[in-house]
Amino acid sequence: MELAPLLYDLAYLVAAVLFIFGLKFLSSPRTAPLGNSLGAFGMFLAVIVTLLKMNAETGIIGWPVILAGVALGGLIGGVMAKRVEMTGMPELVGLFNGFGGGASALVALSEGLRARGAFVDPDPANIGDIVFPIAVGTSSLIGWVTLTGSLIAVFKLNGVFRKNVFLPGQNGIKALLFLGCLAMIGGLVSTPGSVALMVGLAVAACVLGVLFVIPIGGADMPVVVSFLNSLSGLAAAATGFVVSNNALIIGGSLVGAAGLILTGIMCKAMNRRFLDVVFKAYGGGAAEASGEKRTVQGYEAEEAALVFDGARSVIIVPGYGMAVSQAQHVVQEFATVLEERGVDVKFAIHPVAGRMPGHMNVLLAEASVPYDKLFDLDEINSEFSDCDVALVVGANDTVNPAAKTDPGGPLGGMPILDVEKARTVLIVKRSLSPGYAGVDNDLFYRPSTMMLFGDGKKMLTELLMAVKEL
Amino acid sequence: MIHLTSGELMASITVLVLSIFLGFELISKVPPTLHTPLMSGANAISGITIVGALFAANARLSAGDHVMATILGFCALVLATINCVGGFMVTGRMLRMFKRKGK
Repeated sequence: MELAPLLYDLAYLVAAVLFIFGLKFLSSPRTAPLGNSLGAFGMFLAVIVTLLKMNAETGIIGWPVILAGVALGGLIGGVMAKRVEMTGMPELVGLFNGFGGGASALVALSEGLRARGAFVDPDPANIGDIVFPIAVGTSSLIGWVTLTGSLIAVFKLNGVFRKNVFLPGQNGIKALLFLGCLAMIGGLVSTPGSVALMVGLAVAACVLGVLFVIPIGGADMPVVVSFLNSLSGLAAAATGFVVSNNALIIGGSLVGAAGLILTGIMCKAMNRRFLDVVFKAYGGGAAEASGEKRTVQGYEAEEAALVFDGARSVIIVPGYGMAVSQAQHVVQEFATVLEERGVDVKFAIHPVAGRMPGHMNVLLAEASVPYDKLFDLDEINSEFSDCDVALVVGANDTVNPAAKTDPGGPLGGMPILDVEKARTVLIVKRSLSPGYAGVDNDLFYRPSTMMLFGDGKKMLTELLMAVKEL
Repeated sequence: MIHLTSGELMASITVLVLSIFLGFELISKVPPTLHTPLMSGANAISGITIVGALFAANARLSAGDHVMATILGFCALVLATINCVGGFMVTGRMLRMFKRKGK
């Protein structure tokens, strides 16, 4: 009996176990850096074992191709990871998701092409003839959808492509495309190695990915990015069946499950069903909600600063506007100045604030705000009634009382931060324009609310100066 | 092309199903602070498809009929490596920023 194949498989299992520990440790702040290192080490191990295995079985005949691919990919990945600004994190994570899915789809296509003509297996016990085409088809379908869907999401996130496109009967088109893809996978089983079917499947799945994300608006991106993350894992798991490798099956399905959990958390935070996000595509179309035009007096920073005089507790509520104006550093400075004046400062983070899960947490961490000052919706909501000032920086829908007062509206039922209960609500915002949901925010017009109109960074800098002079 | 008995297939499907359940159990309680690093770390792990990409790219570019397959394998390898290297690096960078009070 030959021992080597068994050793390779055991080494792959060790890599998979490292992934399991990696993910487990990633879910607690103290152990997370170790978790990331374990995951990276598992990946390194899997690559080394693969090279050893190839060397022993067929020889590494394609070493120039392999070296070039790893060097190029490593260089691009490394530079991107080093260069990215924390504000650009949603785009980068989205892009990496897409690349993972694209890689799986390309592996499937490559193996599918290479296997042409090899489908006459004399062994009747071999069901690989059926499993292989199904795996190639499934991996292609999920992988291509992940790639093009992620690219559209990235374009939406960085503003290249802002419009939410609604085609008439788009759900019907998506359903037809999906059924077409399944039919082509079925076709691959009966005519394995058909290039036309593999290319047709790739094209249909790419179009499906585009149509999947294109109608969905910016504020739903946390849901979409989490779901694409899950898909990139499932694509890798399907590729595991293409190349008969358990490390891919285990690693891929762990990621698939993790992404689904995050998707669920994001949907819950918006009180939406996942299917509604995807198929109803609320793209903020109904912006002209109420006919009456209300106006409100804006304040100057010097006037607004007075509310911090004598304040004992302040809760800062950041939103996507903080990310857009890159105001996280001045927000941190402002919090420090208040704390030096003996004010109790906390941050209230809505789960879907920003454009990806945990977006605000990353930005504030970049600005050196300790994470134990950031509080989740459930932890902080009861504290607004005792707080002197709620300072809202570029958030809108996540603090809109319409979620409670208008249960049938677009925001109806979404859990919000109860900033309206604070003694004074100070809102830094560029204009009165409604948020993504297209619902006018009644909070802006309340007597206890002071509006500071302007860019988040600029207004907070002015506010900081004014408070220092108190 | 792969050679597979029904027993081997069943074992692989069992691994798939159990891993999905394991994934749900592993990450069901994640604090919001870690949502982004978890997502980007998990995403880097999905780069395990690099193993498949290595197999797909392991051929001479002159190997007649399969040149296209090798080129696709090369592209897969580039994308998968970006996914792994970039993913783990950027997750590490993010995690180094998270601090507790008084540090």
